[in-house]
Parts: sequence; structure tokens; C-alpha cells
Amino acid sequence: MALISVEGLATGYESRLLKDDISFTVEEGSYLCIVGENGSGKTTLMKTLLNLIEPVSGQIRMNGLTHKEIGYLPQQTDVQRDFPASVKEIVLSGCQGRCGMRPFYSRAEKKLAADNMERMGITELKDKCYRELSGGQQQRVLLARALCAAKKVLLLDEPVTGLDPRAAMEMYEVISGLNREGMTIIMISHDIEAALKYATHILHMGSNIFFGTREEYVNSDTGRFFLREGGVQA
Amino acid sequence: MINTLIEYLRFPFVRYAIIVGVLIALCSALLGVTLVLKRFSFIGDGLSHVAFGAMAIAGVLNISNEMLLVLPVTVVSAVLLLKTGNNTRIKGDAAIAMISVGALAFGYLLMNIFSTSSNLSGDVCSTLFGSTSILTLTTREVVLCAVLSIASIIIFILFYNRIFAVTFDESFAKAAGLNTEGINLLIAVIIAVIIVLAMNLVGSLLISALVIFPALSAMRIFKSFKKVTISSAVLSVVCALSGILVSILAGTPTGSTIVAADVVCFALCCAAGVLRGKI
Ligand SMILES: Nc1ncnc2c1ncn2[C@@H]1O[C@H](COP(=O)(O)OP(=O)(O)OP(=O)(O)O)[C@@H](O)[C@H]1O
Ligand SMILES: [Mg+2]
Repeated sequence: MALISVEGLATGYESRLLKDDISFTVEEGSYLCIVGENGSGKTTLMKTLLNLIEPVSGQIRMNGLTHKEIGYLPQQTDVQRDFPASVKEIVLSGCQGRCGMRPFYSRAEKKLAADNMERMGITELKDKCYRELSGGQQQRVLLARALCAAKKVLLLDEPVTGLDPRAAMEMYEVISGLNREGMTIIMISHDIEAALKYATHILHMGSNIFFGTREEYVNSDTGRFFLREGGVQA
Repeated sequence: MINTLIEYLRFPFVRYAIIVGVLIALCSALLGVTLVLKRFSFIGDGLSHVAFGAMAIAGVLNISNEMLLVLPVTVVSAVLLLKTGNNTRIKGDAAIAMISVGALAFGYLLMNIFSTSSNLSGDVCSTLFGSTSILTLTTREVVLCAVLSIASIIIFILFYNRIFAVTFDESFAKAAGLNTEGINLLIAVIIAVIIVLAMNLVGSLLISALVIFPALSAMRIFKSFKKVTISSAVLSVVCALSGILVSILAGTPTGSTIVAADVVCFALCCAAGVLRGKI
């Protein structure tokens, strides 16, 4: 049984249709990359999966998975000017889903937050104010928070935006390492090369929607056309 | 001067009043941080006017314990305002302006038409700006205030982490399976309770100051949520305490004295923030 199965899903805002007939499945332990042009509805799809916006129609079924086991990295987080929040507080807030009814974080959760800060290389920044970090540093903080929340599935909306090339490489390695440990990954990316390198499945959002394994994508018409435009040799 | 103070403090009732004042200041500062950061300050303002209107109605109906009417009315309005405010920002703002001004006008109208009191403007003035002295609270009010404010503080502490998560990034919190609507509702209810309580202390026009100033002052100096929350609580308690003591000694109105102390404190914190930035 697939972990997440989406059937005939239509996404949109306030029942204004954006994209319909989206169907795909995500198996446990797979690595799904969502690609497609700007404005093709990738972020909207991810938000619909997370139940942040209502689907216009269709079904999303989750098997043995609750929202508390999902880590999420938004494409944009508009934090207000002057919001007083330290890096440590933000990363720790990713453990919220693990707490259940418990009001405070356990020692294990604090350790998890510390480990994830170490993993993202932001341990020295832990007492800094989030608003005073650079864009790339902020991105790492939010990634560390998503890692704290992810028990089974990690949803990433353009995770390497704003990271320098080395940090981006490291980021991909961290994600693929997690995937090898059994974490299911769903990632939106414009970096088609990385997508082909790491992903097991590809969902292409465009005028026609393609879903299949990486090999099927490379050999499909949609895939060949998109790859040629992107100048990638497959 | 000290002697006068000691003399006053000999009455247990004065001591209780001071304790209640401090408790109210404490919980309004705690929630104030969230209110300011969630851009809910305007809700606080609207609610205080609703509470004023409810108070006037309670007076007209001759309800002996006004709280019994004022509290539920304010809580319900808080929930409604939050709902409209969440859907569409601009409409929410307009709704609040309408409700708050409407409640204010109706409250005054009712008081004017039905008032049996000989000192109408005095009554209105004390509802708007707080009683001239916190010492006029009845024992029952003191007990109610103490119980409700302690309950609010306990709830705030228990929900602290969740309140932070919802305040910092609501959509992440929701995606992580947190019941964000529930938490928002809780925040709204506690705010309504605090506003009703604070009405006794500073009156309905000055409540926003009590809620907002300590948080803004603390944000000038500190950069983490925990530090801001704790320091705004401390600042608020210090200001309330000094305000109450000064008002007892100098015979000034309690509410305005406390708010004046808050303003001075804010100015000092601004200066401190600027100095800190220079170093
Ligand atoms: N809150 C919103 N309300 C109404 N329409 C929206 C909203 N957010 C996005 N849209 C519209 O939905 C469409 C898809 O947006 P979406 O953010 O899903 O694109 P995307 O595929 O993630 O693009 P990108 O690669 O630029 O991130 C766009 O045409 C956009 O104008
Ligand atoms: Mg997007």
C-alpha cells in the first residue's frame, strides 16, 4: 500500500481551479521530485497535500501517516519585521508534532534539535535573532526545523534556494542520506540535474502532467522536451 | 510619605488590591507579546470597547455582578472578531472598527438614558479610564480577578511552546498537525478575559496600553521570544507596582499612573536599544 496516494486531485484557490486530474502515488522510502515551470502549481499542490488549502475536488489518501510525522520546508516564510525569535527556538518548534499533549520539550527533542542544527552547520548561530541572518542562513534554519518535524516524510519546496553551491551540494547529500535511512522525500526543484541524480520518481507539472519513475521520465516525450530545453544530457 | 504608605498597607484590603493589580499586569504582558506579534493589537482595542458597552448594559439591567454579563459578551466578540479577521484582513479591520465604535456609542447612550446615578459623567469616566482608585474594588471582584489571572498565567505557561509555534509561523504549525484554530481560539479567549479584568485596573480606554507597551519595550532590547516574554512580564509588573504605589501616595488615578509608568519605561527601553546598537 502506498504511503500517499493522490487520485484525480484538482487544486486551486477558493474553489477557483488551477490544475486538475493530478494522480500519483508515493511509496514509503521513495524520493519524488516535482518539476515544472514557474506558476505551474507545484507549491499549490504541496500545500494541498499538507491540508493548508482545501482541494477543489479529488482525493488524497494517507496510509499509516499523520501530519505530525511530516516535515515541511515552505518556499517562502514571511516573518514580520522585528519578530524576536532565536534560531534555537525556531528549530525546536519543529519538534512540536512529537510532543502530543506534553506542554514542554523533552531532553530527547532538545538533543534532536541540537543535532539538526549541527547537521545544517548553524550551531554557532543558535542564539542569534532569526531576522538578522542572511537569506541562506535563514533557509538552513528552516531546513533544520523541517528535519526536526520529519519522522516519516519530508516535503521540501525548493530547498536550495539561496544556498551557495557548496551548501546546496551538502544539502542534497543530507537529503539523500535521510532517504537512504528510510525517510520518504517529496521535493520541488528547478534543479533538473539534481532531480535526475537523486530522485526515484518524477512528477512533471505542465500543460500535461507526467508521473513515473526517473527512467520512464527520461524516455518520455515530456521529459525529453523539458530536458532538452534545460540543456541537460540524459 | 513612607508612613502613609505603611499605614495604607496595614489594611489587608490594600494589599489584596496591589496583588490583583500585579497579577493583571503580569498576564496582560504575557499575552501582549503574542498580540503584538500576531498583529492582533487592534483586536485588544476593539474588545475593550465591547467590554465598555457590555458594562453599560449590565448597569442598565441592574445586574449586581457585572462580570457575569461582561465576561461572556467579550469572549464571544473575541471569537467572532478573530474569525472575521482571519478570513479577510481588510474586512476584519472594518468590522472591528464598526463593532468597537458602535459599542462605545451604545454604551454611552444607554448609560445616559437609563442612568439612575446622580454622577453620570463620573461613572462614564471611571469606566473609560478606570476607577480613581483600585481600592474601590469589592472583595468578590478581587477574588475573581486573582483566580482568573492566575488561571490565564498557568494556561499561558502550559501552551507557551504551541503559542510560539503558531505566532511565528502559522502555516508550518498547521502543516505539522498542530490545531492552530484551537490555539488561536484559546488566545482570543484569554485575551478577552484579561481585557475584562484589566478594565477594573485601568479602564477600557487604557487597556491597550497595558497590553502593548511592555511587549514593545521588551522588543527594543531583546531578540528571543523567551527573553522578550519574560522581560515584558517583569517590566509590566514593575510599572504596575510603581504606578499603584504612586497613585496611593499622590492620590492620582491608578490607571493613568500605571500607563504613564509604562510610557516612561518604553522611552527608557528605546534609549537602551539605541545605545546597545551603537556599542
Ligand atoms: N494565495 C493565492 N491565491 C490565489 N492564487 C494564487 C495564490 N498563490 C498562488 N496563486 C496562483 O496559483 C498559480 C500557481 O502558483 P504556485 O505557487 O503553485 O506555482 P509554482 O509552481 O510553485 O511556481 P514557482 O516555481 O514559481 O514556485 C499561480 O498562477 C499563482 O498566481
Ligand atoms: Mg513554488
